[in-house]
Amino acid sequence: MADYGFGNPEVIEEEVDILIIGGGMAACGAAFEIMRWVEKAKEQGTDIKVKLVDKAAMDRSGAVAQGLSAINTYMGENDPADYVRYVRGDLMGIVREDLVYDIGRHVDDSVHNFEEWGLPVWKQPGDEGKKLTEGGKPVRSGRWQIMINGESYKWIVAEAAKKALGIDNIQERVFIVKLLNDKNDPGRVAGAAGFSVREDKVYVYKFKACLLVCGGVVNIFRPRSVGEGMGRAWYPVWNAGSTYAMAAEAGAELTLMENRFVPARFKDGYGPVGAWFLLFKAKAMNANGDDYQEQNYEDLKPYGYDAYAVGFKMGTCLRNHLMMKEMKEGRGPIFMDTPTAMAKLAETMTPKEIKHLEAEAWEDFLDMTIGQCGVWAGENIEPDKEMSELMPTEPYLLGSHAGCAGMWCSGPEDLPGVPDHYHWGYNRMTTVKGLFTAGDGCGASGHKFSSGSHVEGRIAAKSMVKFVMDNKDWTPELDRPVEDIVEEIYKPVRVYLEHKDYTTAIDVNPNYITPRMFQFRLQKIMDEYVGGVSTMYQTNAAMLKVAERKLEMLREDSFKMRAKDLHELLRAWENFHRLIAAFAHMKHIQFREESRYPGYYYRADYMNIDDDNWKCFVNSTYDRHTGEWKLKKVPYVQLIKPAEDEPEGIGRPGCAV
Amino acid sequence: MPTYVRTDKCDGCKGQDKTACMYICPHDLMKLDKDGSFTGHAMKAFNQEPDQCWECYSCVKICPQQAIECRHYADVVPLGASVQPLRGSDSIMWTIKFRNGNMKRFKFPIRTTPEGSIQPYANKPEASLDEITDHSTLFTKGTHAGDMSQFAAS
Repeated sequence: MADYGFGNPEVIEEEVDILIIGGGMAACGAAFEIMRWVEKAKEQGTDIKVKLVDKAAMDRSGAVAQGLSAINTYMGENDPADYVRYVRGDLMGIVREDLVYDIGRHVDDSVHNFEEWGLPVWKQPGDEGKKLTEGGKPVRSGRWQIMINGESYKWIVAEAAKKALGIDNIQERVFIVKLLNDKNDPGRVAGAAGFSVREDKVYVYKFKACLLVCGGVVNIFRPRSVGEGMGRAWYPVWNAGSTYAMAAEAGAELTLMENRFVPARFKDGYGPVGAWFLLFKAKAMNANGDDYQEQNYEDLKPYGYDAYAVGFKMGTCLRNHLMMKEMKEGRGPIFMDTPTAMAKLAETMTPKEIKHLEAEAWEDFLDMTIGQCGVWAGENIEPDKEMSELMPTEPYLLGSHAGCAGMWCSGPEDLPGVPDHYHWGYNRMTTVKGLFTAGDGCGASGHKFSSGSHVEGRIAAKSMVKFVMDNKDWTPELDRPVEDIVEEIYKPVRVYLEHKDYTTAIDVNPNYITPRMFQFRLQKIMDEYVGGVSTMYQTNAAMLKVAERKLEMLREDSFKMRAKDLHELLRAWENFHRLIAAFAHMKHIQFREESRYPGYYYRADYMNIDDDNWKCFVNSTYDRHTGEWKLKKVPYVQLIKPAEDEPEGIGRPGCAV
Repeated sequence: MPTYVRTDKCDGCKGQDKTACMYICPHDLMKLDKDGSFTGHAMKAFNQEPDQCWECYSCVKICPQQAIECRHYADVVPLGASVQPLRGSDSIMWTIKFRNGNMKRFKFPIRTTPEGSIQPYANKPEASLDEITDHSTLFTKGTHAGDMSQFAAS
């Protein structure tokens, strides 16, 4: 028997038909949908083996680990076409309307299943105990949002997924770090590899198709809290850009990677503001108590931003823009006036109802951002007595929340007017054959949130089964020997073992860099040159050129990252993924010569929104051998008719490319 | 706000190879110090990377000994407050203690069905291969109706 140990991992090779990489909402949706189709394929003579690999535990993995206080995408009485209008309005006119519509028409079914499985959904008075499917009216905190008691949201959704898939088909605590292309067709994916974070084992999978769903990107920019609070990111700190990085390295086309999300949240705890604005009708104000949105409205005009606003109905980035002007000109802090809102609501309430209202306000945090309660309790802030500060966070990349970074995916061809360049056969397949994605992975289609990510995983799952049935006689062959793959994955361990005794201090060694310092270096570059908080989200071509040089050197040094144990090997690979995702973000911002998302970032050398030249997608591909990025414009096509209440800019056609 | 483990309560999940907190932490932060070489406390768990803690409370909620609590992040939050849950099978109780000693308690439902009772395919339609390329439906056939005249090409 071989003597396995740290630096000498056992290699486990396995061949399946479909590998689901990730364990969050999209992965759970895929697990639920896929087995029903696998059953039918089997009856027809195609046996399909499915496996799910998660770097954590499905009960609490992904962005919903902590729970949620609302489901942000539920159509109910609304038409999916209006959902498309809402999404394109928030994302400044450029989205894949086919993909968004597809979410809209299917998403309620996932929500109905969540409720059936045991998720408590708030109902309006008189409808308590009546399920949504029985006509129970939900409590809306906005047109698309419904309130839930969501502490165990992920636990419930994971239970259904695990039951559907079967526990033998799930591998937890294995971190997949690389996709592997096919030996005979480099435009195809044939496998994936990673390692156990618990045992000295490397896993190499071969498959016909895979679903890559590992979330968005957190902490590529220097966060506002840099000490112990560094982990208190708005989006989950374990979202390391693995989705985008692995896809890019496998040759998949990325889209709108210039897009980012900068949520304005309660300062330091990053507690959600949605319920406060929408449900409790609270207002934000500057230090003088003025409504800065009204005062700064004129400031949308000089650069054409007003074309994407109708009155105060505007994209989230434009609301940020108005807030940032206030902060830049020295009229901060920005406050959310919670006491006035609570008092106003209480005017018509009984003491019992007031007590209930207070509980609802706290539950909003306790269900999804417990840390905000910690900040309030530590600072003696009770929201009915004292106002709280708001602050725009460090930037995040994602494709399921209010952002639209991700992969360029094939969409459904049954919708009227979809152009040929929007679909190539399998719904949610990327430009790499056999590679599918959903949730944060599928680009140009934000505002899916938890429910939309779940249903998008389902859409992709169904389509993967068809792909496998069509390719049942095809055998995957990896493009390089397994030994080489193991060496690549364990490189940080080798670096450490080779050099560790050169110095007396384990963390200071000229031959390697710790994953922690690597992350700090990345964050410094991104923050100072690519529009982080320290420049108030501004950058320009010259700054990006400096960033590119520094990022390239960081890429070279990535091969000198060390891992002193399996936990650090996890961090090393997460940070390598962060680097590739950050690189994509920088290259896209460099390419798009306009400020499409003011309030998220500014190209100070191109401050306008320039629809004549840039109302289009920007797509990129990466060559992992040369480190070279190729970028191009891709035409935007409007599928849903403009409505009268939509801003003028939305009605403008996509530009020629 | 990293979580911390109380030495007087943690029993290392009674010497099992893996503790509940290690099982659940989404970011691989909790570690069992088997021989005490990391912390001086053998067979007790600890948070090995406090500045990577998202404060998701997954470990706090799952700990069978209620041995895990949070000390809100020291670089931001004044000392003295605590936010502590007690999660049952159908509800969760929260106790919030402010720095000034004020207390608030809340109880919220978390689930309407018994844990482990989900049967994902009970009373659900089977899939039909005739529909595998039909994008307008999933196996449950719960598609939302849409006004197709909203499409420009309709």
